[in-house]
Amino acid sequence: MTGWEPVVGLEIHIQLKTQTKMFCRCENVWGEGPNTRTCPVCLAHPGTLPVPNGRAIEWAVKLGLALGCEVAERSVFHRKNYFYPDLPKGYQISQYDEPLCTAGRFAVPGSGGDHEIGIVRAHLEEDAAKTVHVGGKAGRISGAAHSLVDFNRGGTPLVEIVTEPDLHSPEEARRFLQLLRQTVVELGISDAEMEKGSLRCDANVSVRREGEEGLRTKTELKNMNSFKFVGDGIAAEVARQIEVYESGGEVGQETLHFDPASGRISSLRSKEEAHDYRYFPEPDLVPVEPPAALVERMRAEIGELPAARIRRLEGELDFDLSYGLVASGRDELYERVPGERRAVANVVMNQLAATGAHPGRVNAEELGKLIEARDRIPRATFDEALTAAGEPGFTAERYLAEEAVTDASELDPVIERVLAANGSQVAAYRSGKEGLLGFFVGQVMRETQGKANPKVVNERLRERLGA
Amino acid sequence: MEAGVAITREDVLHVARLARLEIPADQVEEVQGQLSAILEAVGKVSELDLSDVEPTSHPLDVVNAWAEDEPRPSLSREEALANAPDPSEGAFRVPAVGS
Repeated sequence: MTGWEPVVGLEIHIQLKTQTKMFCRCENVWGEGPNTRTCPVCLAHPGTLPVPNGRAIEWAVKLGLALGCEVAERSVFHRKNYFYPDLPKGYQISQYDEPLCTAGRFAVPGSGGDHEIGIVRAHLEEDAAKTVHVGGKAGRISGAAHSLVDFNRGGTPLVEIVTEPDLHSPEEARRFLQLLRQTVVELGISDAEMEKGSLRCDANVSVRREGEEGLRTKTELKNMNSFKFVGDGIAAEVARQIEVYESGGEVGQETLHFDPASGRISSLRSKEEAHDYRYFPEPDLVPVEPPAALVERMRAEIGELPAARIRRLEGELDFDLSYGLVASGRDELYERVPGERRAVANVVMNQLAATGAHPGRVNAEELGKLIEARDRIPRATFDEALTAAGEPGFTAERYLAEEAVTDASELDPVIERVLAANGSQVAAYRSGKEGLLGFFVGQVMRETQGKANPKVVNERLRERLGA
Repeated sequence: MEAGVAITREDVLHVARLARLEIPADQVEEVQGQLSAILEAVGKVSELDLSDVEPTSHPLDVVNAWAEDEPRPSLSREEALANAPDPSEGAFRVPAVGS
């Protein structure tokens, strides 16, 4: 893809974890039996009227502020009209030309510095119901395919965020989305789990020649439901468009679906002829004019944002570790654990994460003691201690008492046994395959039930194999 | 739409399609005339100088009407599905829609 620049903008939907729905007071829950959280409002019975959820408005303001947006002095709900079985009113209440938040900037740190991504808008709307397709050729009903509609999700609050086309690689798009997710989770306004659909992402993708001004025709990639698919999907579409242009063709405007299993991109049948939603102001709702006190109260609730924390950690760690800790929400624990910073970061990011221990429940002082003693105690003991580190009342003391075997007279016979049993690997090592050292270390650790000091084993093995 | 812009036959068919209305071919012209007359009447407004008037999306001089985020009881599933012509597995069953 030399000579070409990807141009990507994202549209993100975030489901707010309010107690109740956006325009009625049915519970906003996930995973309950179908159609157990509905009322005449969210089922669109005639004569019912919507009443906005005050907390949803507050949280949308809070998110807008975290995205560096201006909060509108006046904001209006509109009706977006289209017919679909998941939308019982025949329109979705959304926002159109007077959204709650506009003109933001969100920093995405990279190894070469921050890249500011423009935020066009963040607005409030209601979610559609959930539809499950059944039947068809293999279904119970001969030949006839049906859809089952569950209105529990219908009318739950969403914030839609639209970015400028400021993202210039699949990797950057993925990173933007991860930091946005982490921000939303820290604000406490959404679970933002892509697998559950509480964070959804569409991407508008085009390419252009490097140095070219202006934008070419874009395509829309729909509903990629993991961070990996967002990166993979955009990469696949960028590659497709470049190939079209390089073979003399033109990219057409269309909506596409990325199939992560095959890595292929296919065209989606449009569900509404030409997007003609005939927006008009929702006559059943009055304008929202966020009071200054509300805006300031929300602003005061926002802590240090992930991008700023990554920059701060970079003072003591490299970019990848800083980014990894913050994007996974592990930096708070990292900062609490005393000790050599790189060692602490590596343990918190890798080994501790692998145990599944919840970072918020780990006793930082005790973990610090453990990390400090890491080279002294047996590897198996260290791993065992990490597994227990998230349990209540965890102390390092009893693990620290165990000493790793460092005595060569104890280790050498084991090393001899391992080498004797693996003659062909020894020969391979000596003919240049030095990567096999790890294999021998592993064998010795296994023979000693993890009690050997890995540093000493490494030294002895190197010496012995070099001979 | 500006005053004096006539509704075409295509406009009528397009809007009818969007609204899922079936207009018999021999009535399209009649509807076309009616819609044009309505637009023309509404278009009278644009003859006035309204540069000082704020757009009105709501007749009441009220803003910020919202409720606390406190759950209230929902309908039972049986009540929710009472009017469904073809319920199945606790859900509203509808003809297949494009997946």
